Amino acid sequence: MRWFWIDRLVELEPGKRAVAIKNVSLAEEHLHDHWEQFPNHPPSLMIEGVAQTGGILVGQVSDFKEKVALAKITKAEFSDVALPGDQLTYEVALDSIAPEAAATSGIVRKNGDVIGQVDLMFSHLDQNMAGTEFPEENFIFTGSFFQRLVEPFLRGESNG
Amino acid sequence: MPMTETDVFEKVRETLVDALGLDDDEVTPEATLTGDLGAESIDFLDIVFRLEKTFDIKIPRGELFPDNILNNPEFVQDGKLTDTGLAQLKERMPHADFSDFEKDPDINKMAELFKVQTIVNYVVTKVA
Repeated sequence: MRWFWIDRLVELEPGKRAVAIKNVSLAEEHLHDHWEQFPNHPPSLMIEGVAQTGGILVGQVSDFKEKVALAKITKAEFSDVALPGDQLTYEVALDSIAPEAAATSGIVRKNGDVIGQVDLMFSHLDQNMAGTEFPEENFIFTGSFFQRLVEPFLRGESNG
Repeated sequence: MPMTETDVFEKVRETLVDALGLDDDEVTPEATLTGDLGAESIDFLDIVFRLEKTFDIKIPRGELFPDNILNNPEFVQDGKLTDTGLAQLKERMPHADFSDFEKDPDINKMAELFKVQTIVNYVVTKVA
């Protein structure tokens, strides 16, 4: 299983907002463990979906040169669960950005209705305040995550 | 009408409650950000972002929470700030109260300079 918690990036307004969708399917393994009698997509993975959407939004600002990592879940509130067949939409706005970090606020919708709010902070790893050094290679915006989600969008192939 | 220090404190309190997930009564002027309120490094940036929005001010990097002090050997020796280091920090943090810290400028105690009141003093100079 790949660590993809969004299915498609559908909007990217550079430096402002990004929107992605996630379709919840009964074919996904994690639903059978969470839980057998009541399969639902856990809020923790909705937070990850918002983080992946926000990570792309933040990363785009530096043309995907910075290593962007989730650093803080400032707020995560949910009022409903997501069940097989539901479509989740993650709408993320960029509130602030500095050389070291960025802050985003996000809304989670289920089939169009708001069911959650997720506010996050991202760190630019190479500029982190602790001075920790990371490998030169950008291991965040690389590989299949970037190829499957970001590149098709940038080529205009993911609007269908 | 200019904001009073009380107005500033109330908004700083709201900012910290939101940024750090606290209860209102935990945020007192003398509370230290890391020791009492549990702030970590990423929280300092969160606080800076929120203060900028709340008060509509710009906070240049390192102005509210100075950086590049501890990694300078001229400023730190044997785990304490040197006279030069202390002077430098005081110059860069006119908004902090050094009366306790300067008696024993142990770098492990530097976090005690970052109190709620330190932020209030800083913001007051910005909105005045």
